Amino acid sequence: MILVRKPGVHASVQDLGRPGLRQLGICPGGALDMLALTLANRLVGNADAAAGIEFTMGGCELQFESDTRIALTGDDFGATLDGMPLWPCWSVPVRAGQTLRLAGANAPGTPKAGLRSWLAVAGGIDVAPVLGSRSTDLKAGFGGHEGRALRKGDRLALGASRLDADQGGRRPFGLRAPDWGTAEADGALALRVLPGPEFEFFTPDAQALLWNERWRITPQSNRMGSRLAGAELQRKAAGDMLSSGVIPGTIQVPPSGQPIILMGDAQTTGGYPRIGVVIRADLWKLAQAPLGGRLRLVRTDLTHALAAWAEQQRYLAQVAQGLAAAGWPGAA
Amino acid sequence: MPRLHPLGDAALVCDLPAPATLAQQQRIWALAAEVLAWPGVGEALPGMNNLTLTFDPTAVAFEELAARVLQAWPGLAAHAAEGRRIEIPVAYGGEHGPDLADVAAHTGLSAAEVVRRHSGGDYVVYLLGFLPGFAFMGGLSPELATPRRAEPRTAVPARSVGIGGEQTGIYPLVSPGGWQLIGRTPLELFDPSAESPTLLRPGDRVRFVVESLQT
Repeated sequence: MILVRKPGVHASVQDLGRPGLRQLGICPGGALDMLALTLANRLVGNADAAAGIEFTMGGCELQFESDTRIALTGDDFGATLDGMPLWPCWSVPVRAGQTLRLAGANAPGTPKAGLRSWLAVAGGIDVAPVLGSRSTDLKAGFGGHEGRALRKGDRLALGASRLDADQGGRRPFGLRAPDWGTAEADGALALRVLPGPEFEFFTPDAQALLWNERWRITPQSNRMGSRLAGAELQRKAAGDMLSSGVIPGTIQVPPSGQPIILMGDAQTTGGYPRIGVVIRADLWKLAQAPLGGRLRLVRTDLTHALAAWAEQQRYLAQVAQGLAAAGWPGAA
Repeated sequence: MPRLHPLGDAALVCDLPAPATLAQQQRIWALAAEVLAWPGVGEALPGMNNLTLTFDPTAVAFEELAARVLQAWPGLAAHAAEGRRIEIPVAYGGEHGPDLADVAAHTGLSAAEVVRRHSGGDYVVYLLGFLPGFAFMGGLSPELATPRRAEPRTAVPARSVGIGGEQTGIYPLVSPGGWQLIGRTPLELFDPSAESPTLLRPGDRVRFVVESLQT
């Protein structure tokens, strides 16, 4: 069991989500950085689909009530285990009674700290799957732990670990976190974007601004979407669009002209023009980008988008290979 | 023929020419059913007069999938399945339908007449979206069309029946919303623990039945 002593903001149980139900209006949800959760799971010998905890802006404290093994990925918010620093992307044995602390983000709105981190625990968080997933759908109020964000005093059960006693107690070890170039020279996060189905709805000026503006991520951003502030993107003509499907990464432009990049908990259909879509290989960067941070949308093409995805898949395969060579339970 | 666009690196949108009609929507449902059997296709999500497919680009390329959609399209009309018929009891007006008087005022009809026409209509679920189980229905009598509220409510009660422009629908869950609320149903629209989690599905035919009326 894990006891939640300080929940922080919107900490929730998440796995790889529940794709396949969009036609019922059910969002895919899941960890906003699936790459980070997958790495964390592999580091503790879990299957990729095991549930972990997604933290937003740190400020949490968890106490472990049994011996286990943990890994933290994403921003570490100065994480400590009984006061000892816990490095991101490391696999660390934990004794019953030990406490994991994540300091809060430096100050809301400062672009220095990241935004989210993911914790995997050997065996995974054992909540009942709902509609095929253990993820919390915070908006619809189901899945995860009682369909809601974690609260002080919650106790979370752990599933059966795939590690034997020897593996479970093994010395800490870590992965070299991938460096896929997240920041540009001026410190803005670069996200690669493909023009969307309604790109041509926008004026030539707006089309150019999309790529040239340094967008700011506003504090109104959440698991549904990252709201950007910057230049106003104007359309050639006003007019309503019929509801059409949207996926995580879709950049919608409401009448305000300020884009919104949809994330995993976004509604499944939308009626605002889709000026672009962040490529799948880059969406995890946005999940970790701090509120108040700046970003640049970089036009790319399908060939580069698919190559970037393949590169990440190769990295994941190398991790799996390395862990298997070390006698660690394989990804499944 | 539909126009096809990529939506990111792993989804494809099929857009039909306006206006949206039931006949076109039925072909969209037929296409949705068809594509799910194709290799590499993940999900098929009907919109209003459009369909979005997700796919695995390592299994099937966008161009290949697009060509296949265009090839399948002309033969699809015959497949349109008949939806189920579902009756939805509604308590109209009063605390359950706080905007009934506003709809009456906007349309120039009496509240009782608004209810008579709303419950007299034949509706078809075009798509589910916005929230789990939220049905966008076609078939609202044009005289009942009423603009959304200028100030959306922060919390619409679950199971509220509303009118938004030329559409009618039911909020499955408590959520923010700007539609005019004219009644409420006791039926559960979304139950994640049920085998079939949503009461309504695309293609279903809906009738609203007056359970009570307060004006």
